[in-house]
Amino acid sequence: MKKITLPLTDEVIRELHAGESVLITGSVITGRDAAHKRLYELIEQGRELPVKLDGEVIYYVGPAPAKPGHAVGPAGPTSSYRMDKYTPALLDRGLKGMIGKGARSQEVIDSMVKNGVVYFAAIGGAAALISRSIKSAEILAYEDLGTEAIYRFEVEDFPAIVVIDSYGESVLVK
Amino acid sequence: MMQVRSIDAAQITEAVKKLFMDMNYFIGNDILDALRAARENEPSATAQNVLDQLIENHQIAREEEVPICQDTGMAVLFVEYGERVVIENGSFEQAVQEGVRRAYIDGYLRKSVVDDPVFDRVNTKDNTPALIYTTIVEGNQIRILGGCKGFGSENMSAVKMLTPSAGVEGVKQFIMDTVKYAGPNPCPPIVVGVGIGGTFEKAAMLAKKATLRPINTSHPDQRYAALENELLEAINKMGFGPAGLGGVTTALGVNIETCPTHIAGMPVAVNICCHAARHKETVI
Ligand code: SF4
Repeated sequence: MKKITLPLTDEVIRELHAGESVLITGSVITGRDAAHKRLYELIEQGRELPVKLDGEVIYYVGPAPAKPGHAVGPAGPTSSYRMDKYTPALLDRGLKGMIGKGARSQEVIDSMVKNGVVYFAAIGGAAALISRSIKSAEILAYEDLGTEAIYRFEVEDFPAIVVIDSYGESVLVK
Repeated sequence: MMQVRSIDAAQITEAVKKLFMDMNYFIGNDILDALRAARENEPSATAQNVLDQLIENHQIAREEEVPICQDTGMAVLFVEYGERVVIENGSFEQAVQEGVRRAYIDGYLRKSVVDDPVFDRVNTKDNTPALIYTTIVEGNQIRILGGCKGFGSENMSAVKMLTPSAGVEGVKQFIMDTVKYAGPNPCPPIVVGVGIGGTFEKAAMLAKKATLRPINTSHPDQRYAALENELLEAINKMGFGPAGLGGVTTALGVNIETCPTHIAGMPVAVNICCHAARHKETVI
């Protein structure tokens, strides 16, 4: 299986093709509905963001609480389409990769091609398994959002599949 | 006449707490068997890989007693309350809510409920309120069927007020359209819960209840049982497959529940549930 190390460079992104299984190692940020809404509103108002997006990979997840001795609770992907409304603005700010589950809108795919971005799927519902590849979790912003806060995860051999590549090719069945 | 029985509120709280913790850690054998059979059946390596991950995930959840999925849902309970039960030291409603609260806090389950749907959307931090649907029945026991459904699949559900002339073809069409629209989003392989008949809200409740029925059971009426099988086969020909990455397993089961309805109507509700179909029953 192909192993990739973050941060993603343009060269690595160009060599990722829809359908490939990968193991991701490195640092990702997290964010889902509420955090996206806040980031988007700040971008619209032309204000500074609490996290930098440039070169980052974002994982759409709201983890369950960690049991004592665990770095993080079960943390599988949430449905990506709910982020679609906000995504192009984030990609224009330099976001290079997304990890979620399910389909994306045509606007998102167009913006991915324009900005050279890759979209991975993690397996929805395999949350306990996935959390084993998350080695640490730290809150970066929006602590008040609880599970919806923006975290930084250090991941090691995180299992994912390239479902839409930077050329706009998709393996999702329509 | 059957004796009146008193049940302490604390006993109900304990039972509800255990119900929700257990259903979140331990998947039912009906689902596990269906995943294993699907693994044998899938020709594509990607689909096999996805199913392997799901089966392994269930093992990890069981061993470590952690939730199968991070989305531990909104708690729903169908209660059959024996009319000869008296609750001591509290109220039934509060005892149930306390059980859900403790399960989600002590059991490391995710709190996913917000207080107001449109304006505030502030997390209640203990996953309450649970939704409790109660029927009063004869007897002196309380039967609780609990479920917690993630919203990835809940959001893909739909109700339609079909009229009688639509016939069985109309029913099939609506179910297929709903599943097709859901596509890869509700974490396939899915369980399709269908409610037919009653009124607008009754159809939706039946559909929810259908998702809480083990998938190795059938509707008691042969005609509906045949329809369940026919739909399952047709859905699996759609090709979405595990995680929507292609394959012959888009659904693990189709469960239909029915109810008498009005001369002018044929309401149909489709409640889509993911492969993490968590439900459990207890009798107090
Ligand atoms: S749809 Fe089900 S399996 Fe998928 S993330 Fe939601 S709860 Fe988990």
